[in-house]
Amino acid sequence: MLSVRIEKEFKTGGTPAFQLQINEEFLPGFTVLFGPSGAGKSTVLDCIAGLMKPDAGKITFGREMFFNAEKGIFLPPQKRGIGYVFQSLALFPHLTVEENVVYGLSGLSTEGRSKRLERILGTFHIERLRGRKPAELSGGEKQRAALARSVITEPRVLLLDEPLTGLDGGLRQSILEDLRNWNAEQRIPILYVTHNREDVDAIGERVVAMVKGRVRARGIPREVLDAPRAVELAQAAGFENLLVGRVLEERASDGVMRVGMDGGECELEVPLGNARTGEMIQVAIRGGDILVATELPYGLSARNVLPGTVESVEIRGTLVRLQVNAGVRFTVHVTPGAMRSLELATGSVVWLVVKTHSCHVVTPQ
Amino acid sequence: MSIEALLLSLRLACTVSMLLLAIALPLAYWLAFTSWRGKFLLESVVALPLVLPPTVLGFYALIALGPRGVLGKLWQTMFGHSLAFTFTGLVLASMLYSLPFAVQPLVTSFESLDRRLLDASSVLGAGRARSFFRIILPLAWPGVITAVVLSFAHTLGEFGVVLMVGGNLAGITRTVSIDIYDRVQALDYAGAHQTALFLLVISFAVLSVVYGVNRRVWSPWSNR
Repeated sequence: MLSVRIEKEFKTGGTPAFQLQINEEFLPGFTVLFGPSGAGKSTVLDCIAGLMKPDAGKITFGREMFFNAEKGIFLPPQKRGIGYVFQSLALFPHLTVEENVVYGLSGLSTEGRSKRLERILGTFHIERLRGRKPAELSGGEKQRAALARSVITEPRVLLLDEPLTGLDGGLRQSILEDLRNWNAEQRIPILYVTHNREDVDAIGERVVAMVKGRVRARGIPREVLDAPRAVELAQAAGFENLLVGRVLEERASDGVMRVGMDGGECELEVPLGNARTGEMIQVAIRGGDILVATELPYGLSARNVLPGTVESVEIRGTLVRLQVNAGVRFTVHVTPGAMRSLELATGSVVWLVVKTHSCHVVTPQ
Repeated sequence: MSIEALLLSLRLACTVSMLLLAIALPLAYWLAFTSWRGKFLLESVVALPLVLPPTVLGFYALIALGPRGVLGKLWQTMFGHSLAFTFTGLVLASMLYSLPFAVQPLVTSFESLDRRLLDASSVLGAGRARSFFRIILPLAWPGVITAVVLSFAHTLGEFGVVLMVGGNLAGITRTVSIDIYDRVQALDYAGAHQTALFLLVISFAVLSVVYGVNRRVWSPWSNR
């Protein structure tokens, strides 16, 4: 188990600009470190790897001390036995794939080295690329080579900094599958940093959500990202609607609050939260959680039914993005099929249906 | 054209550029990667020969190398003769004079390396030496070539420092540039022209190598 309790302050021109404070324990298996860019995710990885020195705290792996500020212990990166795939991958441009992959095996005999090489090249399906230089590889091939290079040393912890950015879903899944198969034997903690919601869903294990240097939430992806409590997290988690409003009334017996949206004649009923009447709050709603009706619906459990007009229709592959003015502007996602059968177009009159529990009250930090 | 002067110049330039490389590599490594705040002071010292007149540099070199200078005294007690007006003295003064030409291309190429490559190397267990020889040096190769070639060419063409420190002893300290000066003084314009033209051609060839390498024309790791 990797235990990380560190603090680090970054200054610009003498004034503290950013403060990182984290206290987490990482168990074997995947942990996603999720958050918007600038949250300090990569800094955490650099501190664990020993490429950066925290101001205070300690980092331990099992009984081994990587870093202890009080005792003045700082194990250099060469001695930590960590695998790290950087966002830029950092493949050595002058070496072939094979030379890159075996780079970390300098202590082994030639025989042991080639045995491990064959196994790892096989695991990541890059046997036929061994003679190529990084410049001759595609994006996915580079990512496989970088993964192979960092796991061939049989690290005790694996750090992955957005290693699969820019890959399409299928390729991402297949690389993740290779990584999972590899870790089925190793059982080491893998920290996977991303700001991409799809990555989180693809990995689907523990998530630690960071905002501005602090951990704001942890748990399974559904808990952490489907009900974000911080505005920055809601943005990063892909909530298309972030609306500002004032609490008009608390109805404890119904378990709801009435919120008047800012800048429009629009009210929403949202779950009772830790806000008082008269306070300003923000409400986050996913575009895909809003239903569209072309006639006034009735007999629904949903409490929010808002009349509005479609202002724009934008088709993005398998998804249609509607901008609907219902007093305030909502972004709504429907399928192309739904768009056709409801004959949705600019100017259509619609009713938006939003369940109370699809409205998430978030607080700015 | 004086073959003797030419051979002496080539010998001097070769010795100086090789010795300089050995000194400049660690110096440039340190300058490129240290986070010491006072590093600008050392950078200024290294760059001094660029702005000082060669006569000033030569003057102080002569004093230092002479029998009363620190270095000269030490040398004299060890080897029994002075450093001034010797080939060794010339080598030492020339190294000082060409130092920035060796150090600066190396610093520039070290600094332009992607730091993440070095991070990757150390995470993969490589110590400083391994990172230096496997990653830094191969990737900074154009800088190394530039440093060697520039210090070679600069030493080949120096005049003021040689005159101050070496004097004009045939076969010992009379280099090509001194030889040209001698011939012009003696109104041997044809002889001077031969040697001068030769230096011009060499300088052009050398600079072509530097610029060619820096455009990665002959880069060994470009795509086939």
